[in-house]
Amino acid sequence: MVLLLLWQAGSVAGFIPTSKIAAPFTIIATFWSLVASGELFSSLTVSVARVAVGFAIGVAIGGSLALVAGLSRLGEDLVDPPLQMLRTLPYLGMTPLLILWFGIGETPKIVLVAFASAFPVYLTLVGGIRAVDPKLIEAARVFGLDRIGIIRNVVLPGALASALVGVRYALGAAWLSLVVGETINADRGIGYLIMNARDFLRTDIIVVGLLTYALLGLATDTLVRLIERRALAWRPSILAAAS
Amino acid sequence: MATINSRGGKLMTNAVRVRGLTRNFKEVGVLDGLDLDIEPGEFVALLGRSGSGKTTLLRTLADLDAASVGSVELPASRAVVFQEPRLLPWKPVWANVALGLTGRDVRQRALAALEEVELSHRANAWPLTLSGGEAQRAGLARALVREPKLLLLDEPFASLDALTRRRMHELVAALWKRHRPAVLLVTHDVEEAVLLADRVLVLAGGRIASETIVTLPRPRDVADARVAQLRGKLLGSSSRLVLL
Repeated sequence: MVLLLLWQAGSVAGFIPTSKIAAPFTIIATFWSLVASGELFSSLTVSVARVAVGFAIGVAIGGSLALVAGLSRLGEDLVDPPLQMLRTLPYLGMTPLLILWFGIGETPKIVLVAFASAFPVYLTLVGGIRAVDPKLIEAARVFGLDRIGIIRNVVLPGALASALVGVRYALGAAWLSLVVGETINADRGIGYLIMNARDFLRTDIIVVGLLTYALLGLATDTLVRLIERRALAWRPSILAAAS
Repeated sequence: MATINSRGGKLMTNAVRVRGLTRNFKEVGVLDGLDLDIEPGEFVALLGRSGSGKTTLLRTLADLDAASVGSVELPASRAVVFQEPRLLPWKPVWANVALGLTGRDVRQRALAALEEVELSHRANAWPLTLSGGEAQRAGLARALVREPKLLLLDEPFASLDALTRRRMHELVAALWKRHRPAVLLVTHDVEEAVLLADRVLVLAGGRIASETIVTLPRPRDVADARVAQLRGKLLGSSSRLVLL
């Protein structure tokens, strides 16, 4: 609060040039005008849609590959080595290549987001499947569950906690990739709003855009945490927090 | 690999018939030509020091050990209560009891089994909130709901406090009286064996090394002098066997 007031005072007095960063009250005013004009909302929908589609594809791919690698020896040998190699690629550096491959439309942005989301989900789900207590699997077998039944009742619920941590990481990576994708080339979305503002030295709009990214990231993370609390209600830590 | 035959109950004279069961772990023999018979409805306790192969024998009878050699005949319906309760933490207690059951009224049957072990009030609880005794009672309900012809108990009371263990003994004795499965109780607690079993076996050197028939009337009491006497006798003989 004190910092904000100092910042505001500095801006008014002219110590902090508006071309470097706008004053807090200007930013708030800009925020309202962007909301009122509907510009912020339309940009936001575009960005959210990109993340949603890319993230869904990434989770689906990462999750399916994890099931293949986690549930069968052969699957592990086939899937794990190439994925571990791909994982070491600095995927954000692939953006120029993606533009050459997919042009500058929606596809490269979605591919980038999907690529970023797939790995955390893959790694944590495979890890979760491996970490399931073999004694529980044995007990389930004694009580007459077949392989499918064991996977459904024991392995997947046991791996869920770890996989949800992966989902949270994946969301972080998804937003980050979107920011990169949108600032390099975009004609719509929050990234576009920011890049456009840069050309006109509108630091106030840039800050509003950044804050919007941050809030969106926070919102999706909260969503996953809510899902976690419901799906992992059996965990002692959550039980303790609820009571 | 052991020839394991699962048969229906009617034609059998024995609930369990094991002949020449041998099991090696890295060339060290754990079971060496073991023979074992359990009659239908008979309560057998199996004693032995750690590493004597008690658990290996029980795992063979639960059909969990594919590497044993010998012939094993078992009833088709078997159930195990493990040393650790092994409840699935993400399923409420009743769903754990119902695990693997098919047909109608699965929930009703699970609730009835929980009623029998006096755990109805915890039917919807998460397993990780149960006390040790409650968790073992849930494990017992999960075994009983299958109406097994053979009930395998793998040191199920070992980690309970003395008072809870006594209550569990009474409960197991009552349930056995009501349902009459053949029981194999693996334990290292001689007193527990004398309190519950018709027959106490000692496993040593990979075989059944001694057999003691317990004819004391039930319910048996630890304070009973005859229980103490038998316990002393068994402790003496089993410690001799361990030295062999």
